[in-house]
Amino acid sequence: MAQTLLIEDDQSIRTSLALALGRHGHEIREAGTGEDGLRMLASAEPDVVVLDLMLPGMDGFEVCRRIRAKSAVPIIMLTARGDDFDVVGGLEAGADDYVIKPVQPRVLDARIRAVLRRGTFAEQTQSGRYRDLTIDRAALTVTKGDQQLALTPTELRVLLELSRSPGQVLSRMQLLELVWEYDYLGDSRLVDNCVQRLRAKIEDEPARPVFVQTVRGFGYRFGPV
Amino acid sequence: MRRRSPRDVRALRGLRARLIAACVAVAVLAAATASWASAASASNSLLRSTQQRIADTAARRITDTAPALVYPPDTGDLRKIRDALDGPVVVTYESLRVHAGETAAITEQLRTAVHGGDHLALQRADSATGMKLLVGVPVLITGVDGQQRPSGIEVYLVRDLGDVVRQVNALTRNAIWTSALALPVAVLLALLAARGVLRPVRELRGTARKLAAGDLDARLRPSGVDELAELATTFNDTAASLQSSISELARMEADSRRFVADVSHELRTPLTTLTSVAEMLEEDLERMPSDARASIELAIAETRRLASLVEDLMEIARFDAGAAQPHLERVDIPGVVRECLRSRSWTEQVRLDSPEELAAVLDRRRLDVIVANLVGNALRHGEPPVVVRLSADEQEVHLEVIDNGPGLPEGVAAQLFARFHKADSSRGRSAGSGLGMAITAENVWLHGGTIEAGNADGAGARFAVRLPRWSEET
Repeated sequence: MAQTLLIEDDQSIRTSLALALGRHGHEIREAGTGEDGLRMLASAEPDVVVLDLMLPGMDGFEVCRRIRAKSAVPIIMLTARGDDFDVVGGLEAGADDYVIKPVQPRVLDARIRAVLRRGTFAEQTQSGRYRDLTIDRAALTVTKGDQQLALTPTELRVLLELSRSPGQVLSRMQLLELVWEYDYLGDSRLVDNCVQRLRAKIEDEPARPVFVQTVRGFGYRFGPV
Repeated sequence: MRRRSPRDVRALRGLRARLIAACVAVAVLAAATASWASAASASNSLLRSTQQRIADTAARRITDTAPALVYPPDTGDLRKIRDALDGPVVVTYESLRVHAGETAAITEQLRTAVHGGDHLALQRADSATGMKLLVGVPVLITGVDGQQRPSGIEVYLVRDLGDVVRQVNALTRNAIWTSALALPVAVLLALLAARGVLRPVRELRGTARKLAAGDLDARLRPSGVDELAELATTFNDTAASLQSSISELARMEADSRRFVADVSHELRTPLTTLTSVAEMLEEDLERMPSDARASIELAIAETRRLASLVEDLMEIARFDAGAAQPHLERVDIPGVVRECLRSRSWTEQVRLDSPEELAAVLDRRRLDVIVANLVGNALRHGEPPVVVRLSADEQEVHLEVIDNGPGLPEGVAAQLFARFHKADSSRGRSAGSGLGMAITAENVWLHGGTIEAGNADGAGARFAVRLPRWSEET
């Protein structure tokens, strides 16, 4: 199903997760340290990275930042505590999603599949143009001016959902369901962090956004531009 | 810089005011007493010497004229006497009377005193023109036998005491001035004295405040050997022992938090492996021999319990460490409650009684935990149908969970939210971790809300949660 790079320092977890995810049809490559993981990433890009935050040597946040610096590959964090510090730090470092240990393999499988789906399902609609921003819904590309933007699948999907009907507000909950495929208990920080990263890439002034605007207390909307 | 609370100001003012008032009172009283006393005695002696002088002068002059008199005297003799004296004067003999000047001030009392007497009488009298001294002199003659006896001639003088009165007034004014001048000097001295006493007191207060605010290094500088210095030393000793016990406690707390965090991480690592393995085993159960199947099912169930127990323990540890932060956002409360019931397949046994729309700013995940725990508890220990009732006013959201069971036994409500409280010891191992209700309560308190347990009228147990409606998130 998916080429998965699992970066986790505990041998037993690596073995058991590799076995269990293998049953779900994924092909697992394992790395015991962040440094190893980055090396393996350079040799062959996986479809998704599952990254433990508590690593010896280079910690998970740093690994996450280094992956993001040169790749849009989806990253799912394994957080040992589910604490705010971990979650927020990981999301700021560029992770797309997180699961809390001890994780059930079927939950991790569901998260992997959800994150992979974001980079697919192109639509019939051709492109829409908003000022200097062009969103091609068929080719799944976004260009600003004449520059094609390197969006992660998650950022791209959020932008596609919001721009489907410009001016209409989508709540964080709706975005969590549409993009992350979470139920009502999804963590809205996933949305907020993703929107911030998206703004940094598409807005002229991220602090005063034009394309992705915040509607306080309700959610986000695209434009009106 | 903290604003002084009114009480501090009052206390300080009170102490300072009392000290100053006492000092000033003593100083002014002393000064006033001294100056008044000296003024009074000076006035007295001045008055007395003036009177004496007037009387002596009068007596001498009368004595000087006496040899030239003829007895019984006639008006001419009386005039001689009158002329020997200046100022208002009356000279009488029997019914004869000569006078000069304004002599209306002479009183009957004086006449009576002089009449038939053999010595001079004095009287002070106030008149329209100021203080007067009235002098009455009976003129004595020496008889042939050498005895002195009254001649019947009486001389009355009126002398003005204005000068003396003015001098006495000046003395009095001086005394008043002295007292008045003593006041600012006394206030100044009192302020200095008060400062000397109050500065250590104020330092004590400031240091005590610092201690209370958590600055455990705060100490006083003891100076001198008086009671205040002793107090400072005692205070410092107290602060030092306080500091050492608090540091010890803080160290122990930090250690235990670290320990909990470490244990958490250490437990989660094998649990992650166990959870993966359990899931795979579960998928293979059909292919197992039946005796192995039973033990594997047991292992799977216990692994899940262990995982949820560790989860609950970690949650409680986070509350204790103050690491639990509510993640606030605008939440559709009936929606969350409905989802909570639906995802746990409770919709058949639970009736939701709620307004169509009820939004408030709170932590969605924690609200779910609160509802799930209360409803789960009601279904476990009470009887369906369970009612979840939502309502709200301007300030608060009210959430009630009422079951149809026998209600809470006497005295249980108080311990319900304690950790590891098991409602029924006989079912100790079947229920959850025993932390569910404690976590529920912590989640309510984290929102600044309250939770109460009791019995509903005509139904079973009733749990009432009130959550403040926080202002819109920023």
